[in-house]
Order: sequence, then C-alpha cells, then structure tokens
Amino acid sequence: MGHDSEGSAAASDEGNTATDRSIAPSPPEGHGVGSTIDETAASVGDLQIGAESSATSHVPSAIHQDEPRPPLPPRPGNLDLLQEGNYSPGSSLQRSKKSARPQLQSTATTALSRTDINTQSYQDGSRETYAASAETTPPSKPAGVFGSIRMFKGLGGSETGDSASVKSYAPTLEAGGDVESLLGEVLGASQGSPAWKLLSTQYEAPDPFDSVTYEDDEATVEFYREFDEIRAVDPDGGNEEQQLAQWQLKRKHFLILSSAGKPIYNRHGDDNLISGYIGIIQTIISFYEGANDQLKGFTAAGARFVIMSQGPLYLVAISKLGENDAQLRVQLEALYMQILSTLTLPTLTNLFANRASTDLRRPLQGTEPLLSALADTFTRGSPPTLLSALECLKIRKSQRQVINDTLLRTKCDTLLYGLVVASGRLVSVVRPRKHSLHPSDLQLIFNMLFEARGVKAGGGENWIPLCLPGFNKNGYLYMYVSFVSASESDGEEADDDRSESGKQEEIAILLISAKKESFYDLRKMRDAVVDQLDKNGSMSIIKAAVRRGRPTATDIVPGTVLRHFLYKSKGNVQFTMPSYEPHFTTMLARRRLLSLYHTLHASVHAKNARLKVHHCISRDSISLAWVTPLFELYCVAGPHPSRNALAQSANKVVQWVRREEERVFIIGGAVF
Amino acid sequence: MTSRVSTGTRPGARFAQFKLVLLGESAVGKSSLVLRFVKDQFDDYRESTIGAAFLTQTISLDDTTTVKFEIWDTAGQERYKSLAPMYYRNANCAVVVYDITQASSLDKAKAWVKELQRQANENIIIALAGNKADLVAEHPDKRAITTSDAEAYAREAGLLFSETSAKTAENVRELFTAIARKLPLEQAGARNMRSNPRQGVDLRPEAPGTQGGGACNC
Ligand SMILES: Nc1nc2c(ncn2[C@@H]2O[C@H](COP(=O)(O)OP(=O)(O)OP(=O)(O)O)[C@@H](O)[C@H]2O)c(=O)[nH]1
Ligand SMILES: [Mg+2]
Repeated sequence: MGHDSEGSAAASDEGNTATDRSIAPSPPEGHGVGSTIDETAASVGDLQIGAESSATSHVPSAIHQDEPRPPLPPRPGNLDLLQEGNYSPGSSLQRSKKSARPQLQSTATTALSRTDINTQSYQDGSRETYAASAETTPPSKPAGVFGSIRMFKGLGGSETGDSASVKSYAPTLEAGGDVESLLGEVLGASQGSPAWKLLSTQYEAPDPFDSVTYEDDEATVEFYREFDEIRAVDPDGGNEEQQLAQWQLKRKHFLILSSAGKPIYNRHGDDNLISGYIGIIQTIISFYEGANDQLKGFTAAGARFVIMSQGPLYLVAISKLGENDAQLRVQLEALYMQILSTLTLPTLTNLFANRASTDLRRPLQGTEPLLSALADTFTRGSPPTLLSALECLKIRKSQRQVINDTLLRTKCDTLLYGLVVASGRLVSVVRPRKHSLHPSDLQLIFNMLFEARGVKAGGGENWIPLCLPGFNKNGYLYMYVSFVSASESDGEEADDDRSESGKQEEIAILLISAKKESFYDLRKMRDAVVDQLDKNGSMSIIKAAVRRGRPTATDIVPGTVLRHFLYKSKGNVQFTMPSYEPHFTTMLARRRLLSLYHTLHASVHAKNARLKVHHCISRDSISLAWVTPLFELYCVAGPHPSRNALAQSANKVVQWVRREEERVFIIGGAVF
Repeated sequence: MTSRVSTGTRPGARFAQFKLVLLGESAVGKSSLVLRFVKDQFDDYRESTIGAAFLTQTISLDDTTTVKFEIWDTAGQERYKSLAPMYYRNANCAVVVYDITQASSLDKAKAWVKELQRQANENIIIALAGNKADLVAEHPDKRAITTSDAEAYAREAGLLFSETSAKTAENVRELFTAIARKLPLEQAGARNMRSNPRQGVDLRPEAPGTQGGGACNC
C-alpha cells in the first residue's frame, strides 16, 4: 500500500517548499503552519513513522473491508456540498462517508478528500482568498495584538481598501489564531517575533500540563469562572457596568440572531446587558450582507469572531481560546443542528417566511439549556466535536456481540434505532440496514442526555420527540430513554469515583421510532433488553467497564512518554483516547490539552496542507499529529522526551489500536 | 381503560392501577410535583421537560388497598401541545397545575380543564393544583390568584382543588391521595375486564433500574 510512504514523501516535499517559501513566499499551498513542518518534516520523515506507517496501513484497511459499514444517510440539503455520489456501498465509502458530512466534519477529514474540506467550511471562495493571501502574507502576530476591529471578508475577489489591508492578516489569524495559546497573552507566550513564532517549530504552544505554575494567575481564575452565571441587570441599571465587565471576561461566547436582528440565544448575560453588542454585530453583518458579500469572521480585542449564516439565522462564535475558524464553524453547526432538532427545518423556514421579524425564542423555549450544554462542552474542549467522531465503550468483541444479539432478539417492529450508551460512550447500536446513524445526530442526543440535566433529572422514563437532522431534517422521530445506574451492580459499591465525570455515571437505553404512539412497545422492548442483559451478564460487564474508566496512556503503552492521545479511525468515524488521569485532571489542564489538540488538528487540516506528520514543540510539551488515509493520531508528551521517543510511542499506540480495534470501535454494528 | 383492581395474596387486599397525566403551563412546577411525590426530592433549578416523562408511584390508601399511579409528566411548552391527547386519552385522572404567582397560568389551566372535559375519558377525575404556595408564605404580595377565586372555579368545574408546594412538600402527597380515594376502585375491576390488550405490558414487574420507591419493589 503506497499511501503512507507517499505520505511521508509528500510531507518532506512540502517541508522543502515551505522552506523556500519562507524565504520568498510563492507557492499557494500552505502558509505559516505549513512551514512549521519544515524542520520537523525532515526529521519526522526520516523517523520511524514513515516506515512504520506503511506497515500499519495494511491491517486496518483489511479489517474495514471485511466489515464495511453502510453509508451514512444524506446530510440535510442545506449542506449543499454534500456529495451524493458517496453513498454507493463499497469499501471506498469508508472514507467518502466523511466527505458526505462536510459541514459537521469540516475539520476532521481525510487526506483523500482534503480539497472538499477546504471548500466545505468556506463555502464560497474564501479558499481562494486564503491561498492567495498566503503568498504575500508575512506571518503575523496573534490575534490579540490588534486593538481595534479589523474585518476579514472571507471572500476572494472584492478589493476594497479595507479588505486589502485586512486580507493580509487573514491567514495568520485563521492559522495563527489557533497557535496562540490559551491564556497566551497572560502567560506571556509570545516570545520572539510573531514571524519567528510561526516559522519556527518552537512557537509557544498551549501548556497543557503545568497547571501548578499558573494556577493562581488571573486568567486561570477567569477560566474557572467561565461558566458562572452573569446576573441580570438591575432595574435601576446600577450593576450594569460590573456585569458587563464580567461578560467581557468570558473566553467564549455564542450568539444566535435572526437575520432581522432579533436575539435568539446567547450563552452569557441577558439581552438587556448585551443589546449594544448585538446591535454592533448585527450592523457589521448586515453591512456586508448589503454589499452582497458575506462576512465570515473578524478579529477584535483578542477575540476571533466567526459568523455563520444559516437560512434565516446568524450564528456567531466569539472565542479567545485560540480555535480556528473551521473549528468554530463546526461548533456553530452543532448549535444550528440543535435548533433544527427542536423545530425541524420546515417549521423554522415557515416561521420566518410568514413573518421575518418572528421571535424565535418562544418556539425554542426549553431548548436553551441544550444549546448552553453544547456551548459549554465546546468551551471546555470536546474531542468528539474536534474530531467529529464518536467514542465507544471498550469491551471485548464477543461481549459486544452478545449485547448486539440481545437488542436484535428483543427488537420490536416499530424500532428504527436501538442504542445502549454508557457514560457518554456508545456500547451497541442496532439499525436497519439501509439507515446508519449520523454522528452529529448522536452528538445532539448525547448532549441532551448526558450534558444537559433536564432529561436525567426527571428520574423516570422519557418519551422525546426530536428531529435528527442528519437522518431527516424535515420530521420528528420519537425517542424512548431510560437510565440504568452504573453503580448499583452486583451488590458492589461504586464508591470508587474513577470514571472520569461523575455526572455521566449512567447507562442509557435509547430506542428510537418513527411512530409517536410506540412508547409502550418500546418500553416493553426496553424491559426485555434490560432483563436479558442482566441475565446474560452483559449488564455487569458494561457497568464494570464504565466504572473502570478509560485506561491511562501508560496502561496502554507501558513506559510511554505520552501523556495523552486522540486516535480517530476515519473509516469508523470513531475515536479512542486514554484517561485524562493523571496529568489532566483539572478543567484548566484539560482545556489546555484540548487547545493543543486544536492547534495540531488545525495544522494538519489547514487548507492546502499536505502534511501527514506535524510536530509541535513548546516549553512544556512535545506533540505530534499524524494523518494517514486510515487514521488521525494526535499525541502529547511532556517537554523532555525526544521526538524519537514520541514517534516510537505514536507507533505503539497505532499498534495497540490495531490489536484492540474491535474492542475500542464498533465495527459494522448490528443491522436488521 | 387500563385501571385495574386485583385481589392480592392477603385476603381482602386490593391493588389498583391508574393512569395519571399532569398538564399545565411551562414552569408551573409539574415535574417538581411529580418528583416530590415519587422521590420526595426537590430541585431549585430544574430544566424544562422535553417531551414527556413517565414515572410510577404506589401508595397505600389503607391496610388493604394499594394504588399504583402511572404518571405522565408532560411538557408545558407550546410546541408539544399537539402531543397532549396521546397522554390524556387513556388517563383515569389528571392534575392540572398552575402557579399561584402567575395569573396567566390559571387561564392556561382552565383551557386544559376544558379540553379534558371535552376530549378525555368522560369519567376522568381532575384535580386543580395551585403550586408554589411557599413563595406566598414568605411574600404574600407575590400571590396573583386568591385561594377563594381558584376554589370557586374548581367547585364550579367539578374539580378537586388544593394549593401545593413542591418545594416544601405541602399538600403534595395529600393531593395524590385524594385523587386515589376518588377513583372508582370498586368499578375498576369490572372496567378492567374490557381493558385494552396492553394491560399485560403495563403490569410487568418493574425492571431493575426503573424508578423504584414504593411498595412494589419488595
Ligand atoms: N418556590 C417554588 N418553586 C417551585 C415549586 N415547584 C417548582 N418550582 C420551580 O419552578 C421551576 C419550574 O418547575 P418545573 O417543575 O420544571 O415546571 P414544569 O411545570 O415541569 O415545566 P415544564 O416542564 O416546562 O412544563 C423550577 O425552577 C422549580 O424549582 C414550588 O413549589 N415552589
Ligand atoms: Mg416539567
């Protein structure tokens, strides 16, 4: 199989061009980040990775071909980049599947469909601008350095005075913005010139580890307050300034407005408090809209603003966490999917068709906690969102088979999808042969059940009408949900709080039907499922696996220098990772780790990036991103290990996944 | 109808099962009342119900009579309105809830009562609950609906009535007990003879993990 040796060759080629370019910028491919590979590419290229990877590619692909997963259902029509052609069954669809979900997947895709991705997140030619400006742009400072608002139109072509000056910054802000570390400005991360930063491999990456050193600094405290509620403005306005100051300290905001400018949702603060800001944002957006020239994003006061227009809605992300535009768009897309999930597309469209000034808050009532749960997940940092992939509970293949069979045996006629989910991880799925489940739909469901509190706090069984936009954005399905506590198994006390997030200590049985009257059928099925899972021992296996939690990196690769990794199997649209223990136990440490992953992810998914391997060295960590047609691997080690040690560990991880593939991933799943 | 009375092992013991539905405007405290009744818990910050929740609770009326409620806690938000008939269609009893500090919520409650009286089972027992009584105990000026007004309306419409607090548990158990007492235990057995075929399903023993509590978990 040639890809991988080609891959590493491409990487070093790219490295060379990048070197040239850094002297006399010219090739359109790549930019600052591309050139970071320059030095590393040479070494990485020679590293065992290149050689190893050509070996590793065989087995997984063979496995995939054994059990091809049926294609995912088409994406909603608003995702016009959807490639219908990709649904034809066959092994190739393993990859093309992902390009069939462009909007959601915009950042997480394969080398094979890279071109698609680049256009996906910038539906309209911004790609051209980006590439073009990369030629002429000096790598520049992190976003935060600009004091005043500068706008970047993501569009090529138009050459107003404004955009010309602005354009030259665009690539660095998109690429460089994510290079900036979390809390970077406070940590004094910017040593050396910005140009040096971007051209060198030695730029300051977010420090995911050293939480002790910075634990007391102002920014850290701020991040711990990120989710504190901002109180409403008093009637006399006495506390307005204070609340506004708090609002400004938030590292991340999400706003949703109607195109008529009506506020629909904002994560922090009430409408009164931020109406001024909403007005400004709306004015800016409509200024460009008026010029028939959609605004994609801009940077102001150290924050990146990304704007997504979806039918009658504008969704805005404002981030000081260093995510790039594509990554923020994936997040906005998820919020939009939640709105569709509540309303369905026809309802949303009709509401605005009937009255452009519709106040969507009312029809969306009750959806706010779901949107906020998503928003906070993104702010904390979310591997599934970054990778657009699902995580499964690791159990033996034969054990999963028993669970699958149980679901199939007890299946009732009205069932569309049946799922067992433990602690936010998928245990088993049954589905009709012709429909697969869309990861973005599962993200909405998991968010509703495991992140938001509403459903679980109800303490009963649930019957939930919801639209799963990936399945069908035009109508509702009905979901039966019941939780089984993971702790009260076999008389054993579950006081060991080793599972990583206490609030997710639940096993959920989800049974989805298109029939709204099928509650009692599904309830009966649920009883039979739980009864049989109890009898055949599966339930205690699931509970034990949940309580065991994820293995640590050193459990997986004894003696490894790795502290954490993310491994995404592209074909399965699933990922696996070790425990956050022992290095990333605090919220801040995790956020820093995730920021580093975002940086790595951005480098290997940058437009025109051809790199397969990307190294990143900072004062506090050394890390690696490695992309092949089969997988994406992101690994992080402490500051001291050599690249060689890191590469060796990366190879070990790949070997581990290959060995454990049918345990860490659901391959095929059960179909009926 | 799915209500049912059966003779238990003890001589003279009776067991009846009824479907109960909660209706009312969003945020009046339906879920809070149910959680108080079923789990004796209260949550100061509750998220709005999505769809509907299904819970069961069993109470003893006296030494020989046990009543099991199968409770549909519906979502009060407008967009779920069209699903309501599915939940009240087979209901033996309904609790219509309003918030005594919100005048509009009683109007909404009245609309539900009307709809039930028109569309639901004609023998349905309806109780009106004016919730959040605790708020008024502290700040009497917060009250938006007087007890006597609500009481007069309830009498006129033929409803059971009480003011409740899910927060302090005031009148919560009493409300459900009053409903149970009003339910036609004697006839339920007879009606059950021509009950729908789902009966068997509904009476399955609780699987482990479903909300437990109550006498059925022994
Ligand atoms: N003080 C006080 N607050 C209450 C009481 N009952 C409910 N609440 C609060 O009122 C809010 C709404 O309560 P819910 O039980 O969710 O209301 P609901 O009727 O189920 O609302 P929907 O599910 O949207 O239809 C929550 O914040 C509760 O804590 C009460 O008796 N006293
Ligand atoms: Mg409720």
